[in-house]
Amino acid sequence: MIVAERKPMAEIIGMVKDCSKVLVLACRGCVTVCSAGGEREAAALASLIRLGMKKEGKAIQVIEGSLVRQCDKEYIDAIDEWDGQYDAIVSTACGVGVNFIANLRKETMVYPALNTTFFGGSAEQGIWTEQCAGCGNCVLHLTGGLCPVARCAKSLMNGPCGGSVGGRCEINKDTECIWQSIHDRLGSFGKQSQMETIAPIRDWSTAGHGGPRKSVRNDLTL
Amino acid sequence: MSFEPKITLFSCHYASQQSCAEKGKELQQLGFPASINLVRVPCTGKVQVTTLLQAFEDGADGVYVVGCPVDGCHNVKGSVRAAKRVAAVKKALEELDVESGRIEMFHLPRGLHPEFVATGLAMDKKIRALGPSPFQS
Repeated sequence: MIVAERKPMAEIIGMVKDCSKVLVLACRGCVTVCSAGGEREAAALASLIRLGMKKEGKAIQVIEGSLVRQCDKEYIDAIDEWDGQYDAIVSTACGVGVNFIANLRKETMVYPALNTTFFGGSAEQGIWTEQCAGCGNCVLHLTGGLCPVARCAKSLMNGPCGGSVGGRCEINKDTECIWQSIHDRLGSFGKQSQMETIAPIRDWSTAGHGGPRKSVRNDLTL
Repeated sequence: MSFEPKITLFSCHYASQQSCAEKGKELQQLGFPASINLVRVPCTGKVQVTTLLQAFEDGADGVYVVGCPVDGCHNVKGSVRAAKRVAAVKKALEELDVESGRIEMFHLPRGLHPEFVATGLAMDKKIRALGPSPFQS
């Protein structure tokens, strides 16, 4: 899922300080699962905006709404339901949702309530960890299913750097050295020798270094 | 001008049994502050962040939660969950540049005990010292 976390309230209050009515718009997709921007978090944010503005001596009307997702046109169209009831939308979706609202609603001011952080999973309740960088050229079949692009601090492709000590990363001791883990995991299948194959210099154009990416499925387009 | 605080207390059924004693009069007789509005909940684990924020929106100068002891919650982890939500609201108050001490969590034993009144008196004293909520303007 896409993982995100709420921006500091001072930043959000700064966005809406000149508004007299805002729509806090939750997303029932990834950000609900990572407890950053679902209906419950949007309700708390709406309350905090009201309190923060009251503290500044400003009146604001805050209404709440939610969409199934904010990354599909048919769901964005449902925003019509709140037409005329807000000066701006504060979206609790990931950055994709905010962009989609901006793309599709030319007259609507939209602000992000979240910082979109990474593609990850829930390691345990309340803790999410990055697992994938969306680099567009997956090598997981060569690395025992563990991603060196997302999970090595240096995105190294040919084994660990010299700073790996005791299976921990030199950048952050709380982080496992993913190359150590790849070695150990391949070893458990008797496939350590896979690591002796030199990975070629990587073409990072698929990772966004070649500009915004686009995926087309001609069997689905209309 | 004297300040009479409004304090909202969310207490679990078990920690607030004292409020039922003597047909509800015992707390009053023991000097429990009149500034405190007691809201009994089946378990403090049911109290959401939004519930706590709503109390401030409704005009509370201070809010506190009383749940079971950490290692003795009737519902196993209810009061621990409540403590984490109180901590989340404390952080949010700090982000809004408001004193985080306006909200507190207490873990108290069940039944009739003096600590229930003592925490009420302590919160009353603290909120009086902090003054009116900055959300009242």
